[in-house]
Amino acid sequence: MVGMACAILIRYLLAALALASAFVPAPAAAAAFVPASDAVVLESLPEKGDPALAALRRMRRDLAENPRDPARAIDVARRALQAARTLGDPRFFGQAQAALAPWWTADDVPAPVLLLRATIRQSQHDFEGALADLDRLLAAQPSYSQARLTRSVVLTVVGRYADARGDCAALTGLASPLVIAACDAGPASLSGAAGAAYDTLLAAPLRASDDAAVREWALTIAAEIAARRGDRARAEAHFMAALALDPRDAYLKGAYADFLLERGRAHEVVALLREDTRNDGLLLRLAFAEARLPGARASYEAHLADLAARFDAARQRGDRMHRREEARFRLDLLNDATAALALARANWSVQREAADLRILVDAARAANNADAANVAAAWIARNRIEDAALQPPASTR
Amino acid sequence: MKRLLLLLAVVLFPAHALAHKASDAYLTIERSGATLAGRLDVALRDLDNAIGLDDNGDGDITWGEVRLRADAIAAYVLPRLAVSSGGTQCALAASDLRIDTHTDGAYAVLTLAGACPGRAPTLSLDYRLFEGIDPQHRGLLNFVDEGRSHSVVFTADAPRRVVGGDNARPLAQFATYVHEGVFHIWTGFDHVLFLLSLLLPAVLVRRDGRWAAADSLRVATQDVVKVVTAFTLAHSITLTLAACSIVELPSRWVESAIALSVVLAALNNLYPIVASGRWIAAFGFGLLHGFGFAGALHDLGLPAGSLALSLAGFNLGVEAGQLAIVLVFLPLAFLSRSTWAYRRLVFGGGSLVTAAIASVWLVERAFDASVFSALAAR
Repeated sequence: MVGMACAILIRYLLAALALASAFVPAPAAAAAFVPASDAVVLESLPEKGDPALAALRRMRRDLAENPRDPARAIDVARRALQAARTLGDPRFFGQAQAALAPWWTADDVPAPVLLLRATIRQSQHDFEGALADLDRLLAAQPSYSQARLTRSVVLTVVGRYADARGDCAALTGLASPLVIAACDAGPASLSGAAGAAYDTLLAAPLRASDDAAVREWALTIAAEIAARRGDRARAEAHFMAALALDPRDAYLKGAYADFLLERGRAHEVVALLREDTRNDGLLLRLAFAEARLPGARASYEAHLADLAARFDAARQRGDRMHRREEARFRLDLLNDATAALALARANWSVQREAADLRILVDAARAANNADAANVAAAWIARNRIEDAALQPPASTR
Repeated sequence: MKRLLLLLAVVLFPAHALAHKASDAYLTIERSGATLAGRLDVALRDLDNAIGLDDNGDGDITWGEVRLRADAIAAYVLPRLAVSSGGTQCALAASDLRIDTHTDGAYAVLTLAGACPGRAPTLSLDYRLFEGIDPQHRGLLNFVDEGRSHSVVFTADAPRRVVGGDNARPLAQFATYVHEGVFHIWTGFDHVLFLLSLLLPAVLVRRDGRWAAADSLRVATQDVVKVVTAFTLAHSITLTLAACSIVELPSRWVESAIALSVVLAALNNLYPIVASGRWIAAFGFGLLHGFGFAGALHDLGLPAGSLALSLAGFNLGVEAGQLAIVLVFLPLAFLSRSTWAYRRLVFGGGSLVTAAIASVWLVERAFDASVFSALAAR
């Protein structure tokens, strides 16, 4: 009798608590604390043990004294972009943008600033803005090779493959054969010329200027094309060679993890990405792998909650840069096909890379949505896309 | 070739660029009556970036280092977080520094307490943390008013927001926007200078190519009323058109043209071309100033449900602010109109200074930073 009364009481208490917590704003509900002692380390700065970042910090301080000095601003923005790319940390994009503040909304800006501005805009997925800057830059300086290469990358992301290839062709004489071949291979492989582009890429002669970064980039592209064409052995070899050049490259690791996940090699993915939990894209792949491994249950649950919190934070701040990843998350980990499809379609309206197409196809199939499946099928047919992971969508007739 | 490679690695894989969480701060403000209570969570990394927390420079931020800088943190945050109620600043204090962890690391937690002079229906918030340091920083506000919560995002482009309007009674909300309108005209120096440039000659008349004192207050007042009415009518028209998104102009053009209007109005006093028909100029340029007001109103964030009411309130506020300027100006100018000080210092000197200031604005706004950066590059 007493037990039952207590059970009812507890149930009411829990209900009241839940109700009350619904009214408490999220940040206030989190428990702030006073650390146990002054010696507790709360945060390790990225500058720790990184002389390049420490130098960047000093240069930013110098720039603050003379913010309209273009040479210093360009130098700071470049280094900050490099850091953003290496660490995958958007705070450095903010620093790069801050360095360019005097020119951020201006029309008449020095060419190198325009290129950097385009690069930052592209990183914010403002592809239109990036292309506008690059168009202006190339109209004035048609042989600005870095701008051409950047524009071809952006054009590929938005699915304008023919235009992207045009920019790569225009690099003839301005860049090494390997850079030109790697530039062209991406858009070519997505528009019906995968075989030829792959062969050209492998046959490209090496020049002294092709440093490790260029070779790693070319190998990554070769690996992705081989993987899409179903040539596992060569894809694996290219991935291995690229990883030997830079084992920390986040994009490369992600691409290799995708390859491994498709082959069902979840154990290897966990080994590859165990340390990369700060990077959303890599954490997502780690969670995919853990979902398939019964022994990784606890870690999987934690990572799932972490991912949900990060997507939530991105949505709160109004970011639309995580839609592809969130669609994957909702489809593959939460089994919410409807939400995944909405995200995949919204993402498809701005981004048209191979991974964007895959999530669109997968979400359309899972949600049994003929309309989205037809959009994808029409795109595949029109561009003659070769991707072993894309089985013909079921609902196309 | 070297130049080509500098940026290569950055652009190659664009979709992956943003892998970590970006810089956000979390602000909660709860209001009951005229009292505010809140909490602000700011990333230690961001604070370190702005004011430096890593005292010994070892790359680790310890609790001891944060505690040491507690006053500096409050001194950085509080001036960049302004809350006002009914146009008057609310006193805000931070205390009880603690730590919390978010998905991307440790945050300093400040407990906020505030008192507003009175209870107005809405609160105006101005959030400028990390302004100029990280333009991609966001302030995520959760405003809790009478148990209802609203989310607002502050960005570098939109640092000023009015919250609480959804709960307010229409009349009270109207009053808030009247207040914002007054605030805008009084702090919008370009509008004030334009108006004054047109008003300065109102107490004078042009005779035989020279300025002379106006004969009567009636004549001067008539002139002022004509100018002010024309200006008001014109900017009301364009403010309405722009606020309803019927006509939209790029803000750089508008701001540049407004600066030009001030230059021309001031120069016209020194080298008169338009003497008696200044109300026509007031009307023509007033159309431009309306677009400028619309930009300010847009930045405040209009409540979708009561656009017309807010618009009318804002406009009325602008008019009231303008009228106050006129009421101060006219008697003083009329009484001193025959003096050397008015003719030479106020009228001549004032017009000259105004033209000079507005010319600088014009160059700044029209060419943005490029002119100066080009100079600096040499």
